[in-house]
Amino acid sequence: MKKKILKIIIPIIIVILVLDSATRLLMPKYATDIVEGNLIKEYYQESNKDFDVVFFGDCEVYENFSPVTLWEEYGINSYIRGSAEQYIWQSYYLLEETLAYHKPKVAVFNIQSLQFNESQSEPYNRMTLDGMKWSPSKVNSILASMKDNEKFIDYVFPLLRFHSRWSELTTEDFEYWYKAHTVSHNGYYMRVDAKPAGNLPSPKKLGDYSFGDKAWSYLEKMRELCEKEGIKLVLIKAPSLWPYWYEEWDTQVKDYAIKHKLTYINFLEVKDKVGLDYDKDTYDAGLHLNVWGAEKMSLYFGRILRDKFACPDRRLDKDLREIWSKKVEAYYEEIEEQKIKYGIKD
Amino acid sequence: MLFTSYEFIGFLAILFLLYYTVCRKMQWGLLLVASYIFYAVANPLYLVYICLTTLTIYGCGIVMQGITNSSKAYLASVKDTIEKSEKKQYKAMTKKRKRRYLVLCLVINFGILLGVKYTNFFIANINNLSGAGLTFVNIALPLGISFYTLQAVSYVVDVYREATVAENNLGKLALFVSFFPQLIQGPISRFGDLSKTLYIHHDFDSKTFFFGLQRILWGFFKKLVIADRVSAGVLTIIGDSNRYQGGYVLAVLFMYTLQLYADFTGGIDITIGIAQALGIEVKENFNRPYFSKTLKEYWRRWHITMCEWFRNYVFYPVSTSKGLQNFTKFTRKTFGDKVGRRIPVYLASLVTWFATGIWHGASWNFIVWGLANWLLLMIGEEMEGWSDGLNEKYNLRTKTGFKVFRVLRTFLLVTALNLFDCYQTVGETIGSFFSIFTAGNLSVLTDGSLLEVGLSAADFGMLIVGVIVLLTVSLIQRKGSVRELIATKPYAARAAIWGILIVVILIFGTYGIGYDSAQFIYNRF
Repeated sequence: MKKKILKIIIPIIIVILVLDSATRLLMPKYATDIVEGNLIKEYYQESNKDFDVVFFGDCEVYENFSPVTLWEEYGINSYIRGSAEQYIWQSYYLLEETLAYHKPKVAVFNIQSLQFNESQSEPYNRMTLDGMKWSPSKVNSILASMKDNEKFIDYVFPLLRFHSRWSELTTEDFEYWYKAHTVSHNGYYMRVDAKPAGNLPSPKKLGDYSFGDKAWSYLEKMRELCEKEGIKLVLIKAPSLWPYWYEEWDTQVKDYAIKHKLTYINFLEVKDKVGLDYDKDTYDAGLHLNVWGAEKMSLYFGRILRDKFACPDRRLDKDLREIWSKKVEAYYEEIEEQKIKYGIKD
Repeated sequence: MLFTSYEFIGFLAILFLLYYTVCRKMQWGLLLVASYIFYAVANPLYLVYICLTTLTIYGCGIVMQGITNSSKAYLASVKDTIEKSEKKQYKAMTKKRKRRYLVLCLVINFGILLGVKYTNFFIANINNLSGAGLTFVNIALPLGISFYTLQAVSYVVDVYREATVAENNLGKLALFVSFFPQLIQGPISRFGDLSKTLYIHHDFDSKTFFFGLQRILWGFFKKLVIADRVSAGVLTIIGDSNRYQGGYVLAVLFMYTLQLYADFTGGIDITIGIAQALGIEVKENFNRPYFSKTLKEYWRRWHITMCEWFRNYVFYPVSTSKGLQNFTKFTRKTFGDKVGRRIPVYLASLVTWFATGIWHGASWNFIVWGLANWLLLMIGEEMEGWSDGLNEKYNLRTKTGFKVFRVLRTFLLVTALNLFDCYQTVGETIGSFFSIFTAGNLSVLTDGSLLEVGLSAADFGMLIVGVIVLLTVSLIQRKGSVRELIATKPYAARAAIWGILIVVILIFGTYGIGYDSAQFIYNRF
């Protein structure tokens, strides 16, 4: 009997192992070119997740703030849980999941994604959701995010989604088949090159400027969760010049923040105080900041986090200091590497 | 619910579990519920059509059986006193009474089929001929109606002919009409065959069950790895016949033939595999058709159950009809015995192929396809004597080269005829076919142009591997069942073969986001 059971189980295990191996090989590695898909899972590699400030949102957080600068200047221990076109329900469930690891003092949310009431793109969904570890938060995030053409089972077994990559495999896929890699600095995606902001297209007039019910409901859930957990929620609008941030949208967020006594900072309104120079501080003509712009933003915002939200200076914490010294070193190394890559002279 | 969808796989898993556990005592009832759920998922409205068909054949079957039974009882009671001529007259009268119900049933069921499938075809032809400008009607074509109508009609005709006894249980008859694995693309079963295993209790038999699953896997391989992969290229080429001429048409001839074969036989593999896993025997629909040496042989090996249906329910009734028998007398008298005998057979065959053609689709393309098949078959018949003489004189039949030539010739004929299935109109089909000889661009077959029709080099590579696998399996099948052969191998080898097949389907299958998984081709007929 035992032999009979083994005869059935062993081949099944072998097939499962082969399929698992195939899944690892065929899933996008996001190591070069489109690296954003790697950001969410990098968080789990952190040995000490006791962050005081955690950012949530899309590219407007992971390209516009430098946790290394926040550490170096203010001793603020922070992490960015951002991802490409992260929708508000995904931000909510990431916040919920983060609480399973630690409770930050401040949660910073970039409100750009309020404009979306439904997920817009399946690849962006995958970039955020595939990186999450399995938990009820991930399940709920998938259910909230799926577009009509998506199936839950494709998230459970990513091979069903990515199997067709067999004909597109590159050396990168084999290099990172079983090897984890990092592309960010505590969730910050660095670029050192610059492309001045030129003439931006005129914004299109919209028929309706109201945010959708689903988007509002997740902002409410986020606020309620923060209140329940004693976390200070800070709403921000990063100083990206494009996509256009409408006055009507801003008014709705301001009203919401006033109603619930939340801090809302529209960095587009304080960009001069921050000292941003859109000829030098953006790498893609005003959409995202480069490292110089991100450092200016961090200097400005760090002061607020320290003064208004009492974020502690953790530089005296020996363990953290050790962790950060490596991160700082890696950060400056990459700056130098990118300078060479983009031909930038000091 | 596509056979290759996740939902269907989940549906099957639940069905198998219930079938062999909690519903063991009501297996056929469970299958009926499952079949109706399967059908309702496509569109609950379709149930109206299939229920109407079921009720009409049930009612007519019961009435005709009653007439048969009372007639037999009467004849038995008067067997010693009735005259032979009286008995004959009584039988004829009985048949006439039954025929009324048969005709009524046929009118209703073919009427429904004509209404939903051919109304717009008739309107288009009337408009073309008269310029009447009639408006097209918007009728959804119920899933599998062409298949289940033929199956239902075969039941009433068999009851009328007393080839089978009418089913008294409406539920059982409903299951015969709607049995979900074969509902949408056949095989077209006869009641006498399917009912033998459809209603009886089946205990779980691991060998039968796993053989069924293996057949399903093989069907998935054909459908997902081959058919759906090549369909992208086929659709691109036939979708723009002005641009893709000549060499592209030559390529699509073979690509479509491969797609049709892998798609249809793969679908039937899944159907028969599901039935086998349930312990039910469904008739085979293919017998390595591309190894046929003549077109006549091909039609005995391709879509076997459809061909049998048209032979049993169209060709034979037409050939034995009074009108044609009178016509035979006339032709024999006019053209002599030899030729006069053949003309009515060819005429019955013409009617059969016309019906076969239009059954495939409401389009002149299919009618011309049917008639072209008829013409080539008749030419083959006429040349048979001449070619037999030639074969005997040079002893060609035993020569391998000549056998290969005949197989290739038949394959090319079938491939060329398949082109009618690809294009929208007869003109477009014929024009495209002749462009192979006139466009002068056969270099597109080798200069990389085919890599711009939606298939990458990797796809072509995978298709070549797929064809080699299909060919190898077909060659092994000459000696018997491949699954039986694999079953004789050591356990590790068996597990490896089926394990590899699962992995290959999951990785190299054409499914999921990024692919618009093609519906099974025969669903639309």
